[in-house]
Amino acid sequence: MNIEDLAMRISDLSSFDGYQLDCQPIPGEVEVLQITVGDFDELPTYVSVSDTQILCITYLFTEDEVNAERRTEMLEEMLELNIPIPLSSFSKIGDRYVIFGALSNNSGIEDICHEIITLTENAAESISALEDFLS
Amino acid sequence: MSVLRKIMTAVRGGAREVGELIVDANGTRIFEQEIQDAETHLRKAKQDLTDVMAKQMQAGRKVESLKKDIGEHEGFTVQALEKGNEELALEIAEKIAQLEADLVEQEEVHKSFSGHVVRLKDLVKKTERQLKEYQRQLSMVKTTESVQKASAAITDNFASSNSKIISAKDSLERIKERQQNTFDRLAAAEQLEGENSDKGLDEKMKAAGIGGGDDKSANAVLDRIKAKQA
Repeated sequence: MNIEDLAMRISDLSSFDGYQLDCQPIPGEVEVLQITVGDFDELPTYVSVSDTQILCITYLFTEDEVNAERRTEMLEEMLELNIPIPLSSFSKIGDRYVIFGALSNNSGIEDICHEIITLTENAAESISALEDFLS
Repeated sequence: MSVLRKIMTAVRGGAREVGELIVDANGTRIFEQEIQDAETHLRKAKQDLTDVMAKQMQAGRKVESLKKDIGEHEGFTVQALEKGNEELALEIAEKIAQLEADLVEQEEVHKSFSGHVVRLKDLVKKTERQLKEYQRQLSMVKTTESVQKASAAITDNFASSNSKIISAKDSLERIKERQQNTFDRLAAAEQLEGENSDKGLDEKMKAAGIGGGDDKSANAVLDRIKAKQA
């Protein structure tokens, strides 16, 4: 499945699991789709498709937002949370902390939508859980 | 150095073209070409292997048939000797000597093919392992590059759309507010619906102590029994 296919199929679905999904392509060297789920406007998921996988990434916060004194504690907390969080893992791109999920290139549209919704919910849940470490 | 360690170093150094740093000066394209070439070689090696294996089997069959021939002719020699025909026995023995020479030659051929098969199988296995390793490395490098490029596109988009990047805490606050609004709206709608139906009236009457005759609570029953006792 490529980005255009994915955008078209998500637009065709009026809603999934009770959530409204909005998508918008972002131009660049690598095609990226920005998808927002229901009320979670501030936590869009970015989807890109490569030869081997579909990557879904949601940005959580930047390094600036992290309370410097408690940074190590937060990182350990995130490492430990990586396993219990369903389907998603924490990572970092540049100075941004992210939560992401990877799917096989052969995944169906329902799997992809499910992944995006879970990721968005996990993102909100994670910020909430890590709030004490943020300024 | 492991490819992950190289990726780590390149990313820490702020490189955008990770492939160039890790795989080749020309990026991942040359590496992909090399993998394709290796795949072609592997296919050719497998073809060669099947050819050699077929020849090995043929040589094996020839060895077996020669051994059978020799056995048969030895029997013939015995029969000729039994019949006292020494001359024929010698002639047959000459044939056996020739068959045995052939056998030695065929066994040599068979052995050589067998050695070839072992070497080719080993080569195919090694190439397959190497190829898998290349593909795994390439996939890691390409994913790193793709994520970096996607990230750049997202950041550019943020900048060009002038959308203000708000903090995670504020984002969460806004989402919660919006969700609370939705929730409140739903609750209000439910309430409105309740008020517009008889259920609302019944509840209001009940609250005012009107029409509550069918109160079946335990307290009511107890009160009734107590009243009878008095």
